[in-house]
This record gives sequence, structure tokens and C-alpha cells, in this order.
Amino acid sequence: MKKNFALIVTGLLFALLFGAGVAVYGFKLSTFLNLFNTNAYLIIVSVGVTFVLLTGGIDISVASNVAFTCMFLAVTMRAGLSPLLMIPLALAVGTGAGLLMGYLIQNFNLQPFIVTLAGQFFLRGLCAVISTESIAISNSFYTFMSLGKITLGRGNNIYFYVFIALAILAGAGFILNFTKFGRGVYAAGGSEQSALLMGLPVKRIKTLVYAVSGFCAALGGVVYSFGTPAGYSLQNMGLEMDAISSAVIGGTLLSGGAGTVAGTTLGVLIQGIIQTSVTYQNLNTWWTKVMNAALLCVFIAIQRVLAARAEKAKTAKPAISKA
Amino acid sequence: MQKVKRLSQNQIFWPLVVFVSILLLNGIATKGAFFEFKIVDGHLYGRIIDIIRNGGKLMILAIGMTMALATGGTDISVGSVMAISGAVACSIVDGRIFPGLGGNAGVAIMMALLAGLACGAWNGFLVAKVKMQPIVATMILLVAGRGIAQLITQGKIVTIGINPAINPINPSIYYFINGGYILGLPFPLMIVIFFFLLALLFTKRTAFGLFVESIGVNSAASSFTGINVDLVKLLIYTFSGFMASVAGLIESAGIKAADCNNAGLLIELDAILAVAVGGGSLAGGRFSIASSIVGALIIQSVTTSLLAMGVVPQAALVAKSLVVIAICLAQSKSFKEAISSRFRKGAQA
Repeated sequence: MKKNFALIVTGLLFALLFGAGVAVYGFKLSTFLNLFNTNAYLIIVSVGVTFVLLTGGIDISVASNVAFTCMFLAVTMRAGLSPLLMIPLALAVGTGAGLLMGYLIQNFNLQPFIVTLAGQFFLRGLCAVISTESIAISNSFYTFMSLGKITLGRGNNIYFYVFIALAILAGAGFILNFTKFGRGVYAAGGSEQSALLMGLPVKRIKTLVYAVSGFCAALGGVVYSFGTPAGYSLQNMGLEMDAISSAVIGGTLLSGGAGTVAGTTLGVLIQGIIQTSVTYQNLNTWWTKVMNAALLCVFIAIQRVLAARAEKAKTAKPAISKA
Repeated sequence: MQKVKRLSQNQIFWPLVVFVSILLLNGIATKGAFFEFKIVDGHLYGRIIDIIRNGGKLMILAIGMTMALATGGTDISVGSVMAISGAVACSIVDGRIFPGLGGNAGVAIMMALLAGLACGAWNGFLVAKVKMQPIVATMILLVAGRGIAQLITQGKIVTIGINPAINPINPSIYYFINGGYILGLPFPLMIVIFFFLLALLFTKRTAFGLFVESIGVNSAASSFTGINVDLVKLLIYTFSGFMASVAGLIESAGIKAADCNNAGLLIELDAILAVAVGGGSLAGGRFSIASSIVGALIIQSVTTSLLAMGVVPQAALVAKSLVVIAICLAQSKSFKEAISSRFRKGAQA
């Protein structure tokens, strides 16, 4: 119950926001499905970032990783290479970039934010080296992936690439809850010292989460390129913030050790609702960013209050037992 | 000999050597044209003057960033605060907000600086009182800040000096921030010197600098010795926000417009890099504002040289990020140990 408390709060907030939307605009299945259609890539990226946050680290290179993947795919497709070959290669490159950052952070005790900041600028710079102009992707595979959908009645569509996001979500949930690595992620984030004393390979776990994040960012890039078939060096600026705030709104502690990928997904959907209502209200799109940031502030503040209370309880307990 | 040794141990020594050698290399590559100074209308012109003028905003940011990094934190919102400050100032000078003022440049500058102070105080509040990680706390403003700037300018690029209802004296006062000269030297340099001396006065002539270093080394221990850690952090982030707004004024006065999407874009890495190149620790503790300013000059001269060679500005990011990692590794204890143990192994074999 206690573990799921944050998830329940997020779920309630989602229901509340969606309920308010339904009350004002009426229920439309297509709006609900479009939350998934437009945010599929963000779900994938956020799930990856959740792994890193769970260990108490941070990865702000994901936005550039997404942009680089799109750019890489766009350029190689333009050269006539097969997408079935290039997509796995792009995933490998993204994973490799994550792994390298994780290696630098863990092996040389560097600060995660500086290394991933450097990674962010490196990948963004590489995009610009490749091209500063937008390159469109057009081939039959992409046409199939970007238009392929399941239709539930009139105008209610689920695109195929949404299922990639759902598969990643299920896979990540399974890994975190039922594998040695997943339990190790929680342990390393909860208390590194205890995890070390238990004999867990903390260093390896903390390195691998960056590879997971890199993989998810690259896959997010692939899915983004299905939705928007083009590569552009400045696309998705600030996506790392969306991913991190999704995780935080979904109940992931920034200090590590607590959080779920289901919560993260709810966090993405909540931001999706905000974006949808900003569009419906015909407001300046920048309101989305401002409101997301405000929501993030509120949730971090709640986290701080909860953490302070837990700490108080911890220090109070020995005194009681002594008495 | 000892004097030379003591000199080379000074933090500012190596950054200065690097800066001078970059200038020399440039001089050789351009066959001396690099060092030419021209005096036109009593104003100095030349490549080096360009570096100083264009590096002005980076040097200003580096002063604030040095302090934030010295406490073991960071401030990645500076680019967005620059955008907000430029948006506020240009909107007032253009008469878009507070048209009753008739575009008074003085009021515009004051309001922009106040906006920067408010942004910095907000960051400081989140870091010191809410106890957020500095990177996350300032990331909120990094993203929301450009949104706020867009809301101020209503999503447009505000170009000043074209509104006929505004007395032309106001835009020309505003341009002076970047393009003006005092005693033949560019005005941004004067701003840098002013804030450099101010920061130096506070950190060297009062205990404040010592507090900052102490917090950077061990925040908990500093708190036990009676240092008001929260207040120091709050002041530092406020100062960093203020410096960012000054840099925003210089930038917007330079392009004579407020461009919310591109003002100060990706400049936070340059600012962090300036401190790192200046030899300041990115993990907190040791800091030297003078070294960071030399660091900023190094970055600017490298950027200028790359641009002169025809490299796309964004592509220069690749080189910069590699330099950051290299400096981080050079500062890392475990990296040094790994390297030296490898050498020792080699010597034994």
C-alpha cells in the first residue's frame, strides 16, 4: 500500500484532469487514444530515464539522443540504406552512447549531470555536423509504420508504433519487478551502502541503467521518426525535462530507490492532457511548458515533505525503543 | 626558481598560458592581422577587441556560475534567464508593455535586472529551502523560462528602434550597452570589470568567499560550524540570476532585438566550461573568479577562431563537450590513479 501510494495519487490526478476535460468538452475516444498516439515516443524515453532516476542518477542527454537517432536515420535512408538494417544500428549507437556515459560516471566518479550534459551537447553537435537542415524520410517501410493503424470505429485510431511503447512498458515493468537486475536497481538507489554490503554489483548496475536509458532514448527516436518522418538538428529541445518531470509526477523519487514505470507513463499522459487542453483552449503553446514546470514543482515539493517526514520518523524511532 | 614554481601553481597560471597561446596561434595563422588595432573615431577596433566584446556576456555568466559551482551546485537556467531579461527590456523599450513610459531605457534595464533577480531568487528558493537538486531546480526555469519569455513577447521577436511612437534616444541608449565605448574601450568590458571587482570585493574582503568554499567542500559540516548554508545558497543563485539578466541585456542590445527562442541558447555549457577551463572544481570548493574569466576568454577565442575557420557554431559543441569530459577526467582522482597505476605497471615490466 505504502509503495503504491504515489502511484495512486498520480492515478487520481490523471482521473481528475481527464474527468475535468470530459466534463468541459465531452468524452471522445479519439482524444483518449491520441494521448497515446502523440506521446508514444515520450513514454519510451521516460521509461528509460526512470531507470536512471531510480538509482539516484540523472540523464539529461536523452533529448539529443532522440534528435541524433532521427538525424542518423534520415541521412542513412536518404543514402538509400535499408531501414530494417539502420534501425537496429541506430539503437546500438544510442545504447553505446548511454553505456559510455555510464562508464565515465561510474569508473571515474564524475558527476552524472556534467557527463550527461556533455553527452547532450556532443550528440546535438553531431546532428549539426551531419546537417543543419531538416531532412525528410520517405520510403515504403516508413509510410507503412507511420500510417499503419488499428481503427476502432470512426476516427478512433491506434497507430502501430503505440504498441512498441506498450511493449517497452511491459518489458520494463517485468525487468524492474522480477529480475535480479531490476531489484538491484531499486537496491542501489535506495541505499548504495547496503546494496554494496549485500554484495550487489552496484557499479555495474549504475553503469547499465545509462545504457538502458540510451537504448530507450534511441528507440524513442525511432518511434518519433515514425510519427514525424524527418531529422532536424534542433528538434525536441527540452525533451529531457519532459521525461524527468513525467517520472517525478509519476512518483519516482529523485533521490532514487522508489518509483514505477506505470507511474511514469501516467506522468506522460498527465502532461499529454495538459497539452491537449492548451490546444483546445487555443492558448499559446508555451503555456504547456510553463504549466508542466509548475506541476513538476508541486510534485517535488510534495516529495520533499514526505521525505522530511520519513526522516523524522526514522530519527524518532530509536528514542522510543530506548524508553 | 621558486618564484616560477609558485607562479605556476597559481590557479590562473595555466589558463593564462592557454589563452595567450591561442592568441599567438591565431596571430601566426592570420600572419599578424589578428593583433592589428585600429583607432577609428577614438574607438579601438580589432580582432582581440571583438573577442572581448563578444565574450562579455560569457564572462559575466562565468562570474555567477563560478559561485554556483563552488557551492557544489550548478545553474543551467542562465540561458533562459537571458531570454527573459532581453524580452522584458526590449518589450519596454519598444513600448509593448508599459507604453505609458514611452520606452524609457533606464526603466527597461531596471525591470530586466529585477526580473533576473526574481528568477535567481526562485532558483535559490528551490535549492536552499525546498532542497531540490540544483540541476533539477534550475532545469525547471531552463524550460519554463523560455515559455515565460515567449509569453512576455507574445511569441514574437521584438525588434527595437522601429516603433515611430518611441523617442529614438531610448533605443540608442539601449544599444550603448553592447556597442558603446568608454575611453576607447567597449562598454561590455566595463560591465565585466565592474562586476568582477564587486564579486572580488565580496569574496576576498569579507568571509563570504570562505563560506562558499566551505559549503562546497562539505555542506553539512559548514552548517554545524554555524554558517547559514541556506542563506548563502539563496544569495548565490540570486546573484547568478542577476548576472544572467545582465548578460541578457548585452545580448539583446547587440542584436537590437529580443529573440526568445535563440537568446542564450545552449550557453549554459559554455559558462560551466569557462569555469572548468579556468581550473575551478566542478564538484565544489576551490574557486577563482579571475581564472573563470580567463576561462571565458579562452572559450570565446576558440569559438571566434572556429567561426573564422568556417565551422558551423553548433558543430563547435562537439569539440566543447569533449573538452568538458577531458577536464572532468583530469580533475578525477580515480582517473589519475588508474593512469598512474598503468604507468607504474609499465615501468615494472
